[in-house]
Amino acid sequence: MFSTLAQGNPSNSLAQVAPILYLLFAGLTVGSAWMIVISQNIVRMAMYLLFTLGGVAGLYFMMNAEFLAAIQLIVYAGGTLILIVFGVMLTSKNPFMQLHTMWWERVLAIALGVMLAVIMVIALANTPVTQIPSDQLPQSHDVHTIGMALLGPFLVPFEVAAVLLLVVMIGAAFMARRRA
Amino acid sequence: MTTLAFFQPGLYHLMAVSILLLAAGVAVILSKRNAVGILMGVELILNAAGLNFVAFNHYVWDSAVNGQMFTLFIIVLAAAEAAVALAIFLNFYNNFDTINVDQADELQG
Repeated sequence: MFSTLAQGNPSNSLAQVAPILYLLFAGLTVGSAWMIVISQNIVRMAMYLLFTLGGVAGLYFMMNAEFLAAIQLIVYAGGTLILIVFGVMLTSKNPFMQLHTMWWERVLAIALGVMLAVIMVIALANTPVTQIPSDQLPQSHDVHTIGMALLGPFLVPFEVAAVLLLVVMIGAAFMARRRA
Repeated sequence: MTTLAFFQPGLYHLMAVSILLLAAGVAVILSKRNAVGILMGVELILNAAGLNFVAFNHYVWDSAVNGQMFTLFIIVLAAAEAAVALAIFLNFYNNFDTINVDQADELQG
């Protein structure tokens, strides 16, 4: 495999590394996500959430969605997660605060999650999907196409999102203000 | 090499990740008492949805970027939702001195 890489055949080498990269990012994503379920410490949960978001960004990279992967890292891992960590810090009396749940509640939640996964796997197995043949997959979704789509067919959602962000900014500042 | 060929990523591989992510998010929402922890579960579910959109865009749709657009707006809405939710939690913590969602039963009849 690595000899193929060294020969530098770009389209072939990507197909060679793709399974390993997939296993790496998928394992990181799913493993960290389930560690959030298991973990009891809120700070560790935030740390595992960071790994999950990073793994999802890696999967976006693998699907040639480079712009989206960058946005995922900047907005999610850089913005939303910092917000969550600040929320954790502002709402805990001590750094080791743990709100314990009964063990059977955790087991019940995990069982319900696994049941949901099984149901969706069954539904997926019974759904016919016509995939693009692997040699005709789009090589890249470049930023130019995304920009034209944002200011073309998706102009109205784009502007509504801008107004929504303004409303959220004012609303959050109003809600979190310290009362006199 | 055959085992690696099995993991050559296709639509179903990505959907497996997405399904497990969704299940983890539901389990987090059900099993946590900390309001910020529940918010993390919501973020997991939104990520699973975004992953699905991008996977279908890449493996089923043609070269258009409609699925990526949906994921972009999902990320924007997730950021907005996290900001408002944390403002509400902060307000709740200032008034009740706890972040346990079981204590938030003032509106119960």
